[in-house]
Amino acid sequence: MISKKTAFFFLLPALVLIFIFLIFPAFWTLYYSLTDYSLLGASTEFIGVQNFINLFTSARFWNATILSFEFVFFSAIIGQAGVGLLLAMLFHRKSGWLKKLVRNLAVASWLIPAVVVAYAWAAFLDKEYGLLNQIIGIFGFTGIDWLNEVPMGSIIIFNIWRGAAFSMLLFTSALKTIPPSHFETADVVGASLWDKIKDIVLPQLKTFIGSDLALITLWTFNLFTPFLLTGGGPGRQTEILPIYTYFKAFKYMEFGLGAAISAVILFINLTLALVYLNYLKAE
Amino acid sequence: MRLVKKLLFRVLFYFASVLLGLFFVLPLLWLFVTPFRSDPSLAVRLPANPTLQNFIKVVNNAYAMRAFANSAIQALGSTFLVVMLAALAAYALSRVDLPGKGIIVYILILFSSVVTGIAAMVPLFFLLLQLGLIDTHLGIVLAFSGGFLPTGIFLMKDFVDSVSLTYEESAVVSGASKVQIFKDIILPLIGPGMVVVAVFTFAQIWSNFLLPFILLRSNSKMPVSVAIYTFTNEIGMPKIGLISAYSLLYVVPIISLYIFTNRRYGFKFYGGIKG
Repeated sequence: MISKKTAFFFLLPALVLIFIFLIFPAFWTLYYSLTDYSLLGASTEFIGVQNFINLFTSARFWNATILSFEFVFFSAIIGQAGVGLLLAMLFHRKSGWLKKLVRNLAVASWLIPAVVVAYAWAAFLDKEYGLLNQIIGIFGFTGIDWLNEVPMGSIIIFNIWRGAAFSMLLFTSALKTIPPSHFETADVVGASLWDKIKDIVLPQLKTFIGSDLALITLWTFNLFTPFLLTGGGPGRQTEILPIYTYFKAFKYMEFGLGAAISAVILFINLTLALVYLNYLKAE
Repeated sequence: MRLVKKLLFRVLFYFASVLLGLFFVLPLLWLFVTPFRSDPSLAVRLPANPTLQNFIKVVNNAYAMRAFANSAIQALGSTFLVVMLAALAAYALSRVDLPGKGIIVYILILFSSVVTGIAAMVPLFFLLLQLGLIDTHLGIVLAFSGGFLPTGIFLMKDFVDSVSLTYEESAVVSGASKVQIFKDIILPLIGPGMVVVAVFTFAQIWSNFLLPFILLRSNSKMPVSVAIYTFTNEIGMPKIGLISAYSLLYVVPIISLYIFTNRRYGFKFYGGIKG
């Protein structure tokens, strides 16, 4: 056993690092969001909530916000959670090579570094040579320039593909907590798949689904990877909040405004994280 | 009737599985065939005359190889720091009845999930600028460590909690010093925990694009993630071979770690990590 004093010294290095590089910066953002800090400006002045006023009256900010909500709703809440649940249920109480193969492919899509999958997808969606249009061609349809003609749709499908594995893994372990007798009874009565989902899976998995949705919402909301596929374009059609923040803070070097956007994002993140931790406690 | 229904379900099962399998595999095919082609393009074609020429191009490209070294420095440096400090902190939190330690862990996890992505980059950029750590390996290592330590401590605490107190007690009785106890008894016992935290941290930092993209300036310090992106930016047909081979090499450590963890420990699933 160690004394309290020793324990304190064991904790100290980790806490110092976390404080300087994680906790303090969050609060510093709030301070900078109230200034006109910029690399170009001569001096930094306190300007109150002016950055927030500029932000909330900017059409470009609202465009980014609406796109972000669309992106989260369709790619995470509907897409990743839906495909994840489908995969988990499909392979529940099954074994064999097909299950192994499909699950490993999903996990690979999730684990391979973002830059690489973005590049693979750019090739996949290429108008002239891309595999997708080649396949579509076999069925007699003419391919389109996906990233330019349906940019939002493309990054939404991309993100479903990218993140479905997480929900699949979470729901797979969650389904194991449901006693098999529930499903057996349902089989005996001849319940349909939908009945099983509605009457057994959803009620039993309520807290798991809650934490899954909170987490994938948080991650998708902060995801920068679409930048690697579309750069926010064409025009501003895929300029979700993280990409908008990048342009403002690091391309145009408007740090005060950048800090204000970050403060807004951090506030939304905080709400989502509290929802998640609440579910975690419930479990 | 029952038989028909069973058969129908079987067909439906295979149909859905194959469809989902295709959804996941098709976008990846390009990555695994193109590096071996002598005429690399954006199309998916099996290599007519398989070649390693593209890999040789990578090895001969000084920038590409330098980036591999940078990725290793940044990922290994941060991982080492996270594993060591998380082990110390988790031990203290697990073994000593500190006031409010439940709250400490809660707050750490809360902050690590909230301060993430581009919103974290804005203040981190200010901070490193003030500290003179912009465009340095040290700045990258410290920023990553601060971000990954909370999850590291959280995971590691689970492992320390599962180690029985009797080992330490008998060591104390036989007169071992505190440092000895930690080094000879605790460290070996929480070995698996350290491996898990190390694999988890390393894989994420190795893959990370945003943090070095924002906090580094010079090409000579960029990790592979950013190097691949800059190659992509100036894409011309001859570079496709180089980029695809480079990407495949970059993915190898991640896939190997996954297979290793899966075999050795089973791909244990911790809800709420992987940012």
